[in-house]
Amino acid sequence: MAIMIDKDTRVIVQGITGRQGKFHTEQMINYGTNVVAGMTPGKGGEWVLGVSVFDTVARAKEATDANCSVIFVPPVFAADAILEAIDAEIELIVCISEGIPISDMMTVRARLDQSDARLVGPNCPGLLTPGQAKVGIMPGFIGMPGPVGVVSRSGTLTYEAVFALTQRGIGQSTCVGIGGDPVNGTSFIDALQMFEADPMTEKVVLIGEIGGTDEQKAADFIQKHMTKPVVAFVAGQRAPEGKTMGHAGALVEGNVGTAAEKIEKFESVGVKVASYPEEIPDLLG
Amino acid sequence: MNLHEYQAKLRFNEFGIPVPIGKVAHTPDEAYDIAKELGGLTVVKAQVHTGGRGKAGGVKVAKTPEEARQHAEAILGMDIKGHTVHKVLLDPGANIRSEIYLAVTNDRAARRPLMMASAEGGMDIEEVNRTMPEKIIRIHVDPLLGLRSYQTVALASGIDLPRELWREFNKIAFGLYRCFKESDATLCEINPLAIVEEDGEQHLKALDGKMTLDDNALGRHPKLEEMRDISEEPPEETRAREADLNYVKLDGQIGCMVNGAGLAMTTMDLTAHFGEEYGIGPANFLDVAGGAGADKVATALRIILSDDDVKTILINIFGGITRCDEVARGILAALDEVPTDLPIVIRLAGTNQEEGLKIIQDAALPNMTGAKTLNEAAQKAVEAVRGVM
Repeated sequence: MAIMIDKDTRVIVQGITGRQGKFHTEQMINYGTNVVAGMTPGKGGEWVLGVSVFDTVARAKEATDANCSVIFVPPVFAADAILEAIDAEIELIVCISEGIPISDMMTVRARLDQSDARLVGPNCPGLLTPGQAKVGIMPGFIGMPGPVGVVSRSGTLTYEAVFALTQRGIGQSTCVGIGGDPVNGTSFIDALQMFEADPMTEKVVLIGEIGGTDEQKAADFIQKHMTKPVVAFVAGQRAPEGKTMGHAGALVEGNVGTAAEKIEKFESVGVKVASYPEEIPDLLG
Repeated sequence: MNLHEYQAKLRFNEFGIPVPIGKVAHTPDEAYDIAKELGGLTVVKAQVHTGGRGKAGGVKVAKTPEEARQHAEAILGMDIKGHTVHKVLLDPGANIRSEIYLAVTNDRAARRPLMMASAEGGMDIEEVNRTMPEKIIRIHVDPLLGLRSYQTVALASGIDLPRELWREFNKIAFGLYRCFKESDATLCEINPLAIVEEDGEQHLKALDGKMTLDDNALGRHPKLEEMRDISEEPPEETRAREADLNYVKLDGQIGCMVNGAGLAMTTMDLTAHFGEEYGIGPANFLDVAGGAGADKVATALRIILSDDDVKTILINIFGGITRCDEVARGILAALDEVPTDLPIVIRLAGTNQEEGLKIIQDAALPNMTGAKTLNEAAQKAVEAVRGVM
């Protein structure tokens, strides 16, 4: 099982003819991901890496029965790409693009809430179900199949944590990068809910950071609904107030969204919090 | 990106919001001329990207042009919370009856724009929020529907605005929301939106204005981008922005270069943690984002080295798609281009990490040390600073 993606997931790459899109399509195919179609407006009929390219998501879906799309388009076009995938009734949309204006994402989110589609990201590394498939840009070698679900707002920090698990012989069911933007699709809670329901997942690692209240809400959810143990890590303990730390969502405003607040909240509901990434495997016990 | 008050008010005015017709002065003499031209009372206001200008003495009323000159002389060059005043705005004085507050911002938690109004205008709104949150009326705007008239009525009645001003208020609220949307702003604030008396009649006028723009959307607003005032940001941050790097200046001694925001924050945390007892910490947050090729590393090095507080450099790269041996060669090439005698601690992890570290070790630069883990890297960087201090 695992969550969201496995070896049978049928993937469309939106923006497959771009540099990033092409590069990561090759990486995904090499990992074993079932990439069934590409999509770039105006490039329909072309072939990229043996994958057929279509002008619209709807046509690509019709021809290939795809159920997932991954988006590699410049940020100003990304909202449109997500809306197109929602309209084409793609079940799972993974948006890698970084730097989408927040007003665009608010519109997308409002439309998303009216649909059955699930969005992961934007500004995220995507999904990795070790040994089966990867959708996005996570390096495949960091993971190995196993019982730990990982959900994170970060990119390389996720790689760091997952790699630390793998080096200690602890495998993962699925690694989910939900992204560092303030308005996104899948939340910590959504991922926790899926991990709780997934028979392959026994434990969960949650990697949060400063900004917003998603970690605090996740802690409440864990207390009420999770039977599986969760270990957390929160980046940005020494971040100054009012400065955005790389991710648009990583911003301490007033005393809201500090790492201390989040860590305290996790500990209050019995979630063990690692002081540094390499401590995560120890706390999983 | 923040706009100055005078820029925000000009923008508000394009959306039909009434504002005082003032002018900007860069010298006391210019202030004199403007005050003379405006006639009557003028308000001289420091133009800096920070609040609390009034308390700092950056806002003064002048009765005569000569007085305006004197105020401008005192305010220009003044330091307000670390910002130097380079220009002042001169607005004609207004006959103020009362002051209200009106703003649109993004409510990240609700994932929608939020419009707020309060009868307690003129005050620091965060103070109002702390002491009497019930005095702020809030409405969320559905991004698919936009602002609706019933919502502006709810705001006007919620703050007990006199009914004869509701039509004007409605027009201003719609103007402000349009300005917010069409500028891709993250904040449009009028504080105060004053009830002023002109020729025996009461009207609403935006006496102050504040706008923050979404940096991610500036590409589609070239006219607004031109309003950027680079004297308001540290020079290192300007250079980093132009090189497409995420850089935030901090006050420690360890110059950090990391790929990825989360990992950069973690590196910052660990150096602060291990350095705490010696008063040592990170000099910056720097995310080289995406690739860590020689060009990008060289640019990042230049930015880090331009900060005189930096005593040691810590490079922490997780090689995902990019291989560590490539990164190592990139770092060496960058160091050829931007040589430094400062101690450098390098930690490479991920694809081909052994090969990468070997390249660093083989280069045998006397000031360079490798580290295997993140903790080891942070500890070595702290030790290096202690060695040179």
